[in-house]
Amino acid sequence: MDFTYTETQDMLRDTLARFLADTYDFDKRQKMIASSGGRDPGIWKGLATDLGILSAPFSEEQGGLGGGALENMIMMEEFGKVIAIEPYLQTVVIGGGALKAAGGPLADALIPEIIAGNAIIAFAYAEPQGRYDLANLRTSAKKDGAGYVLNGHKGVVYAAPWATHLLVTARTGGSQREAAGVSLFLVDAKTPGIVRRDYPCVDGFQASEVYFENVAVSADALLGGEGTGLPLIEQIVDEATVAVCGEACGVTRKLHEGTLDYSKQRQQFGQPIGRFQVLQHRMADMFLEVEQIVSMTLMATLKLDLPADERKAAVSLAKAKVSRSAKFVGQNAIQTHGGIGITQELAIGHYFKRATMIEGQFGSADFHLDRFERLTLADAA
Amino acid sequence: MNLEFSPEELAFRDEVRTFIAENYPQDLRGKQDEGDELGKEDFLSWHRILHKKGWVAPAWPVEYGGTGWTATQKYIWSEETARADCIRLMPFGLAMVGPVIYTFGTPEQKAQFLPRILSGEDWWCQGYSEPGSGSDLASLRTKAVRDGDHYIVNGQKTWTTMAQHADWGFFLVRTNSDVKQQEGISFLLINMKSPGITVRPIITLGGEHEVNEVWLEDVRVPVSQRIYEEDKGWTCAKFLLAHERTGIAGVAASKRGIERVKSIARTELDGDRSLLANPFFKRKVAELEMDLTALEFTELRSLAGENAGKGPGPESSLLKIKGSEIQQRLTELSLEAVGHYGAPYFRGFGDGDNEHPIGPDYAHRTAPTYFNARKTTIYGGSNEIQRNIIAKMVLGL
Ligand SMILES: Cc1cc2nc3c(=O)[nH]c(=O)nc-3n(C[C@H](O)[C@H](O)[C@H](O)COP(=O)(O)OP(=O)(O)OC[C@H]3O[C@@H](n4cnc5c(N)ncnc54)[C@H](O)[C@@H]3O)c2cc1C
Ligand SMILES: Cc1cc2nc3c(=O)[nH]c(=O)nc-3n(C[C@H](O)[C@H](O)[C@H](O)COP(=O)(O)OP(=O)(O)OC[C@H]3O[C@@H](n4cnc5c(N)ncnc54)[C@H](O)[C@@H]3O)c2cc1C
Repeated sequence: MDFTYTETQDMLRDTLARFLADTYDFDKRQKMIASSGGRDPGIWKGLATDLGILSAPFSEEQGGLGGGALENMIMMEEFGKVIAIEPYLQTVVIGGGALKAAGGPLADALIPEIIAGNAIIAFAYAEPQGRYDLANLRTSAKKDGAGYVLNGHKGVVYAAPWATHLLVTARTGGSQREAAGVSLFLVDAKTPGIVRRDYPCVDGFQASEVYFENVAVSADALLGGEGTGLPLIEQIVDEATVAVCGEACGVTRKLHEGTLDYSKQRQQFGQPIGRFQVLQHRMADMFLEVEQIVSMTLMATLKLDLPADERKAAVSLAKAKVSRSAKFVGQNAIQTHGGIGITQELAIGHYFKRATMIEGQFGSADFHLDRFERLTLADAA
Repeated sequence: MNLEFSPEELAFRDEVRTFIAENYPQDLRGKQDEGDELGKEDFLSWHRILHKKGWVAPAWPVEYGGTGWTATQKYIWSEETARADCIRLMPFGLAMVGPVIYTFGTPEQKAQFLPRILSGEDWWCQGYSEPGSGSDLASLRTKAVRDGDHYIVNGQKTWTTMAQHADWGFFLVRTNSDVKQQEGISFLLINMKSPGITVRPIITLGGEHEVNEVWLEDVRVPVSQRIYEEDKGWTCAKFLLAHERTGIAGVAASKRGIERVKSIARTELDGDRSLLANPFFKRKVAELEMDLTALEFTELRSLAGENAGKGPGPESSLLKIKGSEIQQRLTELSLEAVGHYGAPYFRGFGDGDNEHPIGPDYAHRTAPTYFNARKTTIYGGSNEIQRNIIAKMVLGL
């Protein structure tokens, strides 16, 4: 057993942290979110070319640094610390993860484009009726000659307004919630018939409703087998879920630290509010929650390579814990700040908003506890 | 002891129901259904209708324009207005400064201000908090210096709700720095259009403009606009804090909130069932009902005590703590219920494209509402301060 990071991993963290400290100064972040387009594309380019770290989780044959889930976790934690709105999760963790796992000519062509910062991928998986069930799909992909025709509606597709490609889950067969018949496609975002409605999100990201209206794609858009894509989708969503847990490590750490700092500065009744024991205990509890978030994230990251059911159980326990703890830390950070905590001016509120969105991302605590129970306590039915 | 309404009370309830059904403004209802932000005129439209009917201030004594209703009738009124999802009237005039004026004001002050509060002609705001004085309100530093028959007021207030619309504000100011903090504060009514007042917006997490900074620079305030004695303003402030007992728990509004959560969860799908049929979600709704019922009957006991002539006491802290926590949990459940559609941010973003909607209408403001509701455990005396009050005043610690 060894919980130490390698020198390369430490370097990755430091390099990214230094870069973000400058580019993601809070005022700059707020300005870029308010700008048209809602982001600064130069930052993504900088990550790709100046730092060359979009390659971190890819193998050396793929032109990467030979890392994996741990590298993703490290990077997501750093993004979380500055509440970055970069499409790293969507493009590298999810898009890159799907391509790595599926292999083939599309992967060979696109991975270098991801690494170079040219390709941005959005993950179009959720549907209005489907909640967190990855197989609950109405979007269809009908065989048409050599290719497929896609029809359907994907909701709240993060990063879609910026995307060059969409990773889409669709039914090539089976009924709405069946495991069989689910397929995964990677399509050019400009393909005719793709209609987007873009909007800002409460946490600063941009997203879209994506409608597929008779979108014709070629056979090589299919990643993995036709109708047998669900296990692959579950695997990349588990990887993504753990990456979001990594982001939560950064977000909640900052919520806690920011609160602690504030409690030392803010004076009421002639003393820093941090002297009031009820607030001390609360901040101690917040600290305990952050530490457990870190532990659970590490646990799940290290278990991503286990057989599917064990992996899923571990990821679900981690995400359930992270969802609950992120809520606790976020709410108490605001409460401890008092009125100033609910203003747009202070960073703390924006960390709270992101923490809140993390709670539900890829499944709420209830969803994941339920998944855990079904996997490990089936005999108790 | 019983829980039944008498035939007269039932008749009263029907009268209230009919009145609301026939008189509640339709365009206001429409805006509420759409989740639009409400402006000054929206609040005033319902206010004016109630004023015309004579029902705008049920809590006031009859001689000043109250309704003379019994506690049960007031309870029925708040139940029915919540059931019909009527907006809550702005509290600053009706529930806050009004009672202070009729309790502590001179006949001239009563004549000048009370009718205009009832009619809605004057919009009020509350100038208590300052950047350095939140929970520790008595440390406030905004200064009022006597100059003949005027005070010259200098300082800064903050978190002043709806000051951007206000005609008048009631302010706590320091008139004496040489005595114990609480003994050097005066209660002033200040015309918000006075020279020297600047109101600057503070934007809150959901993008709302509810609160403001209010700067006062050499603002001249006639001494005749001081309520009660000089340096005795803390008495008015404490009266006001303890007085506003009815409604502080927000029971009726939270009942309506639970219905709203249920209706969302009935519509939302969870596999082949509704979300409300999901045992985890259903249990959370049941737990809320449990806590809300506990709060409701605590409030009823407290109201019964008030009817029996006991003044409002520290149990208002209990109502505030539990009421605000329940309000927050309701917004939490709504946000959880809408799943992915909590994320889109609709402010200043019209939803005109009916062919490509962005999730269900009921989802549109769930996240901002959740963020905004964090205020309920902070304002009006934070919940920590309320617990301190219970520890000190009730438990004797
Ligand atoms: C099963 C058991 C085994 C034990 N074994 C040993 C042993 O082997 N050797 C030994 O030396 N002792 C032992 N103890 C004693 C134990 O260390 C004491 O019980 C403990 O230190 C608490 O002291 P107390 O019981 O006097 O409670 P108190 O100190 O009187 O505390 C009463 C309550 O007040 C709270 N409190 C006290 N001070 C503060 C503060 N500053 N802020 C907030 N809250 C406060 C406490 O948390 C507690 O809830 C044992 C106790 C138990 C119950
Ligand atoms: C949306 C909103 C609307 C408002 N509207 C108005 C208005 O119209 N007019 C007006 O005058 N004010 C208004 N307020 C101000 C409100 O009354 C204050 O925010 C409140 O009193 C808390 O003060 P503070 O924000 O300075 O927080 P602080 O007093 O700085 O408190 C920070 C934290 O420390 C805790 N704390 C402080 N003292 C203690 C203690 N002794 N023991 C334990 N914990 C403690 C608090 O509970 C809180 O968690 C509003 C506030 C909000 C958020």
